[in-house]
Amino acid sequence: MSSFFLSAATLWQRELIRFWRQKSRVLGVVASPLVFWLVIGYGSNDLARFYSGALVLTVMFSAIFSTISIIEDRREGFLLSMLVSPAPRTSLVLGKILGSATLAWLQGLIFLAFAPLAGVSISLRGLPPVVAAIFLVSFTLTAMGFVLAWKMDSSAGFHAIMTLLLMPMWMVSGALFPMATAHGWIRAIMWVNPLTYSISLLDNTLRLRNASPGAAESLVVTAVVGVALLLISGLMAAQKSTRSAA
Amino acid sequence: MIQVQNLTHRYGDRVALNRVAFEVAKGEIFGLLGPNGGGKSTLFRILSTMMVPTEGTASIAGIDVARDPASVRRKVGVVFQTQSLDKALTVEENLRAQGHLHGLSGATLRERMDFAMQRLGIADRRSDLLETLSGGLRRRVEIAKALLHRPQVLLMDEASTGLDPSARREVSRHVEDLRKEEGVTILLTTHILEEADRCDRLVLLHKGDIVGQGSPRELRARIGGDVVVLDAAAAETLAGKVRERFQVPVSVMENQVRIEIRNGHRFITEVVEAFPGEIDSVGLHKPTLEDVFVNLTGASFDE
Repeated sequence: MSSFFLSAATLWQRELIRFWRQKSRVLGVVASPLVFWLVIGYGSNDLARFYSGALVLTVMFSAIFSTISIIEDRREGFLLSMLVSPAPRTSLVLGKILGSATLAWLQGLIFLAFAPLAGVSISLRGLPPVVAAIFLVSFTLTAMGFVLAWKMDSSAGFHAIMTLLLMPMWMVSGALFPMATAHGWIRAIMWVNPLTYSISLLDNTLRLRNASPGAAESLVVTAVVGVALLLISGLMAAQKSTRSAA
Repeated sequence: MIQVQNLTHRYGDRVALNRVAFEVAKGEIFGLLGPNGGGKSTLFRILSTMMVPTEGTASIAGIDVARDPASVRRKVGVVFQTQSLDKALTVEENLRAQGHLHGLSGATLRERMDFAMQRLGIADRRSDLLETLSGGLRRRVEIAKALLHRPQVLLMDEASTGLDPSARREVSRHVEDLRKEEGVTILLTTHILEEADRCDRLVLLHKGDIVGQGSPRELRARIGGDVVVLDAAAAETLAGKVRERFQVPVSVMENQVRIEIRNGHRFITEVVEAFPGEIDSVGLHKPTLEDVFVNLTGASFDE
């Protein structure tokens, strides 16, 4: 069991070291949601309305960029080393996802520093739930990124997924308009969209508005989706194949 | 130490390995030689547990690679043709991460890392980022990485590809030392003939089949005498004439006529006098593994 956590921890640490050595990544990930938020927020004179959406976008960008590194790992070879080691596949997946999720979380926290602009004041006691919620969202989105990236062999394909799947998902997640007033079929999509729950979770914990779905529902759905994606990732990585793993 | 039986692998309809069988003894340096596309990489992927074969079995230290890959991975060190280290990390960080993946930690890991770095002569570069190292040094880090868990078997895929001749000799020397001093069994794939010549035994792979097997000396002994190579613009015509006049087996490859023959030096004078003006240049050498390959397959090695 200890070797399980040792492998997971070393991969987690690797993500952090790599990130620390290319700090400019922070700017890329935080800057565009920030600009987007400020423009649309000041434009509509309602910064608070779009805050959670922009925060989730930051976390999503970070989660996606980090999971793209699986494709790089596959191409540049570090994945080979992982795969010929006796470490359990599930520990490798856990380490990679936790590492990437931690990075997404840190960047979410940087974005959180701009919360006062949205009129949000977070007390010291109110901080832990917010920080925990951002971590949960980071984890779930990273696990989603992993599932999408695992079978892919070029980052070009990943860009297609970004524009054709992830951005539309974000648009119909309550980031731009609430579920309550949406047209029937859009509302149905929003209802099954995991990002909807990520955003309402943040809206609720930041007390920005009484977002629906409610706090408890958002928390449960986000956590369940995250764990399910983690398990799927583990199963995918543990699969034996007559095709080369890398 | 390594047993391969009736191993067949198909990618869809394409047969990449066709009923391949061989054994490698403990402490041997064993080579898989063949041109690209011969099946070496497929065989390597199966042995390194990167994929399972469609038919047949392979086992390392008595363990089936398809059935129990996790146990095989504990006994085997793998050096890939492509880089398998993280460029953004230092030598030491890479080795430590790899050690952790093998369940090593603390004092044991430090000791193994020191040993491996010493062994491969990279201890003074331990704090350097991998991306700052030369190709030869990176390759040595790759080998050090593969040794951390004291594997009984080292699998090396085209380990000297992309290295200059001196770096290549350096790697070969380290491999030889490992076998001699640590008793490690080494299986390597290569398309470089001089590297194959340094193996104890070889199999020659061509289009998924084993076409020859044995020590480099035994393989070369298949060709008695010398190999004479004639360069000629009209190689086909010349080959016909040589065959008719001297009654010897002749093969043609592009603009070259090749003849395997005893007392090649005497043959050369005869053939040059027999066809004045038709031969651009003449060469004579003792059989190489390339000649053996040509002899066995009728195909050029460089294809």
